[in-house]
Amino acid sequence: MKTIMIHPLAGAFAENKDVARDLRISELLPALEKKEDIILDFSGVDAVTQSFIHALISDLIRKHGPEVLDHLEFKSCNDTIKKIITIVVDYMQEGGPA
Amino acid sequence: MGLFKMLRIPSDTTIREHEPAGRFIPLTQIRTSAELTSFITEMIPLLHLEAEQAKTLGYIVSELVRNVIEHSESSDGAILCAQYYKKSNSIRIGIADTGVGIKTTITRSHRAATDLDAIRLALMPGITGTTQREGGTAQNAGAGLFFIKSIANVNRDFFVVYSGNGFYKLLKKTASRNLRLHADPFADRHTTDGAMPSWRGTVVGVDITLDQTEGFSRLLDAIRETYGSAVRDRRKERYKRPRFS
Repeated sequence: MKTIMIHPLAGAFAENKDVARDLRISELLPALEKKEDIILDFSGVDAVTQSFIHALISDLIRKHGPEVLDHLEFKSCNDTIKKIITIVVDYMQEGGPA
Repeated sequence: MGLFKMLRIPSDTTIREHEPAGRFIPLTQIRTSAELTSFITEMIPLLHLEAEQAKTLGYIVSELVRNVIEHSESSDGAILCAQYYKKSNSIRIGIADTGVGIKTTITRSHRAATDLDAIRLALMPGITGTTQREGGTAQNAGAGLFFIKSIANVNRDFFVVYSGNGFYKLLKKTASRNLRLHADPFADRHTTDGAMPSWRGTVVGVDITLDQTEGFSRLLDAIRETYGSAVRDRRKERYKRPRFS
């Protein structure tokens, strides 16, 4: 189990997509390829943009399928962060649950 | 705002500079992702907004300026400014670039005969110039402008996009409990002009009326619903039935 703290990397307003991309490429994809479970900890993050979350997780879902969500846990997200993550997860699965 | 300073044009007119704190963000040029992050951290607090309002403004600035940095191909980056109007308790933000314009980027992956057609596509959720694929690329979803238009729509504010000869203006809505959003910007109350003097690049303007800012969380529910149904509709359009004879 690998825990990644978002706040030290992206700050209280996580909007920098370059940070999200670097995290995805250097940490998330290699861990998932080793079938490792990951906790993305949003403690201290007040807000995120949809673009940040897209850059962080959309490619994981595309490359590994929706099953990747069984290996990802989003921790300490406030209500709006949860909703933005859900929007991205929905459209990456072709429009969300039927 | 510092227009003459920004344009490096000497002026004989005496200009009394106001203290920006609490009033405006002067004309600012942002070329890189790091400059944007530092702008959001340092400048937006100068407007002395409440936390929720600052978040909304930060969100809008981040998404719009990142669009410029990623898509405009302009070495000048984004030029933006914002002003607080006490009487209407609103903030007006303008972001402009002198890049390739929306039509050039959108038509790399989609068909658009005019600048206005391109603006219409760019405002639809899930349409990006970087790919035809649903869900976008690893870095681009094609959702940024739809989110900004939705924020303006729900708060009954103005929102304009001007690129090439095309101009789209979302008109103020009357108060309504209904939080329904439209994936197609032409289904919203709007005006358009397809024969504007050509602007080489893109300009986006948003007014945010602060005392009627809807909860961002409620807005996200509406965005999720509209986005999901837009993606499902496109999936249906693409679906091919087998032909039997």
